Amino acid sequence: MSGGAKKIVVKTKRVLGLFGDFDAAFEAIADIRRYKVPGVTVDDVTLKSPIEHPEIEDVLGERTSDVPKWSFWGGLFGLVFGFFFLASAQATFLVQPQGGKPVITIPSNVVLAYEMMILFGVIATLIGFIIGARLMRKGEGLYDTAISVDQIGIVIEVTDGQLQPLKDVFATHNVLEVHEEALT
Amino acid sequence: MSDQKHLSQEQAKDIDENIAWAKINKDVLRSMENPRKGYWVALFISICLFCVMIYAEVYQYIVGMGPALLNTSHMWDLYISTFVFWIGMSHSGTLLSAILHLVHADWRKPIYRFAEAMTTFSLMTAGLFPVIHLGRVWNFYWVMPYMSDRGLWPNFRSPLIWDAFAITAYLTSSVLFLYIGMVPDLAICRDSATGWRKKLYTFLSLGWRGDDRQWRNFRFTYLMIACFLIPLAVSVHSIVSMDFAMAIMPGWHVTTFPPYFVAGALYSGCAAIITLFILLRYFFKFEEYMTMPILDKVCKLTFVIAMVWTYLNLIEFSAVWYGHDIPSKEVLIAKATGPYSPFFWGMMLCGSVLPFALLSKFVRRNMYVMFFVSIFLNVGMFLERWMIVTPTLSLGYHPQGFNVMWPGWVEWAMVGGSFGWFGMLFLIFVKVFPCVSMYEVKEMVFHRKRVIYEDVDEMMELHSGVPGPKAEPQSTGGA
Repeated sequence: MSGGAKKIVVKTKRVLGLFGDFDAAFEAIADIRRYKVPGVTVDDVTLKSPIEHPEIEDVLGERTSDVPKWSFWGGLFGLVFGFFFLASAQATFLVQPQGGKPVITIPSNVVLAYEMMILFGVIATLIGFIIGARLMRKGEGLYDTAISVDQIGIVIEVTDGQLQPLKDVFATHNVLEVHEEALT
Repeated sequence: MSDQKHLSQEQAKDIDENIAWAKINKDVLRSMENPRKGYWVALFISICLFCVMIYAEVYQYIVGMGPALLNTSHMWDLYISTFVFWIGMSHSGTLLSAILHLVHADWRKPIYRFAEAMTTFSLMTAGLFPVIHLGRVWNFYWVMPYMSDRGLWPNFRSPLIWDAFAITAYLTSSVLFLYIGMVPDLAICRDSATGWRKKLYTFLSLGWRGDDRQWRNFRFTYLMIACFLIPLAVSVHSIVSMDFAMAIMPGWHVTTFPPYFVAGALYSGCAAIITLFILLRYFFKFEEYMTMPILDKVCKLTFVIAMVWTYLNLIEFSAVWYGHDIPSKEVLIAKATGPYSPFFWGMMLCGSVLPFALLSKFVRRNMYVMFFVSIFLNVGMFLERWMIVTPTLSLGYHPQGFNVMWPGWVEWAMVGGSFGWFGMLFLIFVKVFPCVSMYEVKEMVFHRKRVIYEDVDEMMELHSGVPGPKAEPQSTGGA
């Protein structure tokens, strides 16, 4: 039993390094990927930037998003719910004279179910975004307002022993500022 | 000579890619604090027009529908024409933004935000008119699909109910599309604001920190909603056209109405984008972001859509003419020669002839001329909607219903007031929220700069073996 047990590494610090441009941050992450900070991998890295950098996945590895699944299931739910909602409403028309016309009218219901599909798809996409992007959460940790202007931040949680090698890597790539906070 | 060539290339740029990121933030945030006086004048005029609308509505509420001069055959007239006009106006913003996003046309980035806001507020304006034209405005909720204690539901076979569904879906989706696209910018506003603005932006930015997880999910979200919105926008105006096309009234029962309405919607929306582009550029000193080359592209797009609209118009006329349905033909002839003919020909002049002015580079690059051209294009589109609704109601199948109806002052006040309502909402929006997308302009600048360096790099290595500028450390533009 104890043979398969992993050593638990307690991360004690969260570090934010601010860089003046994306290329420097990219190279710093590339060095982390080359294990220049022992025990730290790119899976521990979070990049914070004023714009989207899809090319960061070249070094961070491909990271997925569940948003399209939310869109798909939301749209499907809207389509099915929309149709059956209308059909159930139309079923009450049984008590009303229809003049020989069908009670549940497929063509008009298709139009309305189509609209419901899109509406629910969009709403589900928004929910997927909020959950997937971990929005509306408190205590997300280190942040600097310069990130919303023109600087790139790299956030990593490390142990005390990893702190100095990490700072050395940051310094190699002309880090502008380093902020750290203790993890409780 | 080479200097001139260089200068013309500089002028042809959609944006200066050397603009610093901090400056982009500063310029846009400044616009929300300190607009030109023209902004306040426009807001004052809008509020005055809106007050006229309120007065007219209260008057109509008290007196009844008589002052609007609506009667048995003319039950829709200017109210529903205006409704169709505003629905059409709403189309270009979201639809073009979504399409241009999918095809990676990055010149949309400085202008899409206000175009999407235009969509939202146009829909909110359009939504007023079906309610106003009811007369008994307090019963508007009857159109909603709720279960009443009488077991009655709306008639789901009616295109008017389809309208309610489609517009509700479109308004909700457009608002969410506008909002989601704005979240990173709201975080920028949060980081630099104080007071009530700080609280507002902190709440609305949802805790955005710009990390790679958030950007990745953001990219997918924006893409998915754009994919949803394109068919939705097309369906909305198709459904609005079915309010007419599903009826058997002469002049309305036309199979080309859905694409005709969609083209008309895009057309009027594009013209409105030009108008608002020029106004915002002036109000907020956005000369560096809302540039002449971008205006040039919007003008060319407007011309193309104008030609599509003209073609569909001619198709409709010829289908009626060769169809030999006598009542429909009579309506068509009456449009061209009857009491409404000045407005019909005004529509043709503004909608089909005036767009040829956009072929002139002088016109496209002249702000003053383009401002008036864009206004007249939309006058043409307003007349188009009026000429769809009213001549048909004047000449139905029943001779006893033949009459000519001119809108009363209440109707005109409502129409004028709707521009005030729209203008007021729009101008308040652009004062409170950034009307130029800061992060997308930064992306535009960043990627364009990269492309330039990569091209130079390749060419230098190819021809001389000398490493290009990319070999040296480059700034992203901001630091």
